[in-house]
Amino acid sequence: MPHDEPAWLGLDPALLRLRRWECLVVVGVPGLLGALAVGGLVGPVEGVAVLLAAAVLTGMSVVAATRRFTTWAYAEREDDLLLRRGVLVRRTSVVPYGRMQYVDVTAGPLDRRMGLAKVVLHTAAAATDAVLPGLATGEAERLRDRLAALGEARAAGV
Amino acid sequence: MAPESPGEDWSRLHPLSPLLRGGRLLAVVIAGLAGQGLRSPEVLGWLLGVGAPTAVLYAGVAWRTTRYRLTPTELQVRSGVLQRRDRRVPLARLQSVDVVRPLVGRVLGLAELRLEVAGGADTEAPLAYLADADAQRLRMRLLARAGAAGAGAGAAQADDDDEEAVLVTVPTGALVTSVLLSVPALLTLVVLLGVVPVGFLRPRAVPGLLATLTPLLLGTVSQGVRRLLSEYDFTVAESPDGLRLRHGLLETRAQTIPLDRVQAVRVVAPLLWRRRGWVRVEVDVAGYASGRGEQSTNTSALLPVGPEQLALALVDRVLRAPLPAADRPAPPAARWRAPLSARRLRVGLSDAHLVATSGVVTTTTDVVPLAKVQSLRLVQGPWQRRLGLASVTVDTAGRRLPRAVARHRGRDDAEALLEALTDGARRARRPKPMSAPR
Repeated sequence: MPHDEPAWLGLDPALLRLRRWECLVVVGVPGLLGALAVGGLVGPVEGVAVLLAAAVLTGMSVVAATRRFTTWAYAEREDDLLLRRGVLVRRTSVVPYGRMQYVDVTAGPLDRRMGLAKVVLHTAAAATDAVLPGLATGEAERLRDRLAALGEARAAGV
Repeated sequence: MAPESPGEDWSRLHPLSPLLRGGRLLAVVIAGLAGQGLRSPEVLGWLLGVGAPTAVLYAGVAWRTTRYRLTPTELQVRSGVLQRRDRRVPLARLQSVDVVRPLVGRVLGLAELRLEVAGGADTEAPLAYLADADAQRLRMRLLARAGAAGAGAGAAQADDDDEEAVLVTVPTGALVTSVLLSVPALLTLVVLLGVVPVGFLRPRAVPGLLATLTPLLLGTVSQGVRRLLSEYDFTVAESPDGLRLRHGLLETRAQTIPLDRVQAVRVVAPLLWRRRGWVRVEVDVAGYASGRGEQSTNTSALLPVGPEQLALALVDRVLRAPLPAADRPAPPAARWRAPLSARRLRVGLSDAHLVATSGVVTTTTDVVPLAKVQSLRLVQGPWQRRLGLASVTVDTAGRRLPRAVARHRGRDDAEALLEALTDGARRARRPKPMSAPR
């Protein structure tokens, strides 16, 4: 995008595994149960049809999650942080270091099991949407420390 | 009554304050009960006979226990009857001080002091009520001390309002016309006119119809009346603190807009005003909580209505730099995505400001000082991708005007614009003599 392409870093692969499991659990399992129910109540043919439909839906959701995962990237430039995400609606955000007010690093129980953490950047603008949903915990902390230091160094008043 | 030297004696609020505060509390309680339907006159008698004196007594005790004083670094207010409270407002984080005169207060010559503090969520109103002159004096002192302490509130050298140079006054006739020439007002008129043929065809249906329409009509009328009351006699003056706005009929408000706290400016030109060449200017200022618990619909109006030339001159004053011309049009492909408004989608960029215009029915011009840009974004939806378009958004810290969008630019143009904005914002942020809070 700029004169020279920045060094894009992606999210942690563990997040992809997590997302795929989520697809299976959220789409696949109810689909399977539904297929069994339909097969038992209505008939084996309908049951197999529902099973196929569920399989297709699960496959589609896994593909969508994978595409979303691969397009999410960030790059640390000299004066700001670049974030890129989105499949249908593509967004590229620029957050200057001097504008960062604080950096949140959060991890739910599932994230912690997979060694992941979510990083959210806040500026004085409520509309800033700089989110990295899953980085390796070490990388997340490194990023937070680095951003906090850079933010302080270049802090500008509102 | 205000202390002459720092950290000296404590001062009390005006002795009539308990009357006002107790009276207000009582009015609220009565309104609440009346809303629920007072069953018997007994309750009302009991309320007035016992409740009123109690309220006034409580307020009287509160008055005796409330004291304030000004030190070189803080405004200290001690209050509380049962639960004592010691509030210290650090002057270094003071952003603005308003003097507000409620209707009854104006009759009695009282005013309330409201403070905006950096990092605070709401307006603080620690001092209610003071004598008018005392309130003004205290306000000047607070601003002077705040300026000395390094806050963004601006050091006020001037001691009276005569130092202000009045720039604009909105004539009442223009204000009334502008309220009438608005979509809600016209809709109301259309609806009322629609009742007339119904009256001819089916006269018996009219009362029922009017009853159904009454809430809607009341809503629109009350909104218009609120605007009129709030923007009555709108005056914009220049002062050492920034721009001073004064407006209001029942409750006169004096607001100060420190110029380096302006996050974004918007000029709105509704279709109904275009024949008269009128526009409205709105401004968003950091640290100005827009919800002040008042009914006013536009605490952010810099100029509620005015001729375009005047408005643009005022905007130039606020920005302290000439407004860049919005001369970069959207590419032809934008017409597929926004057939009606593509012609009006223009962008202009200077060293200090970004200008983006949009809208056909209501033409909106957004101006963002590059020094106030928080984050930036390039967004491309699926249709935009097919047409080779993209939009660039600039976020600000404003609450009413949180962003400016350059819509449907060509893809390469959008990327170049993003780069230019990022560089421009960084350069505009550079010269910082001292790091102001927030």
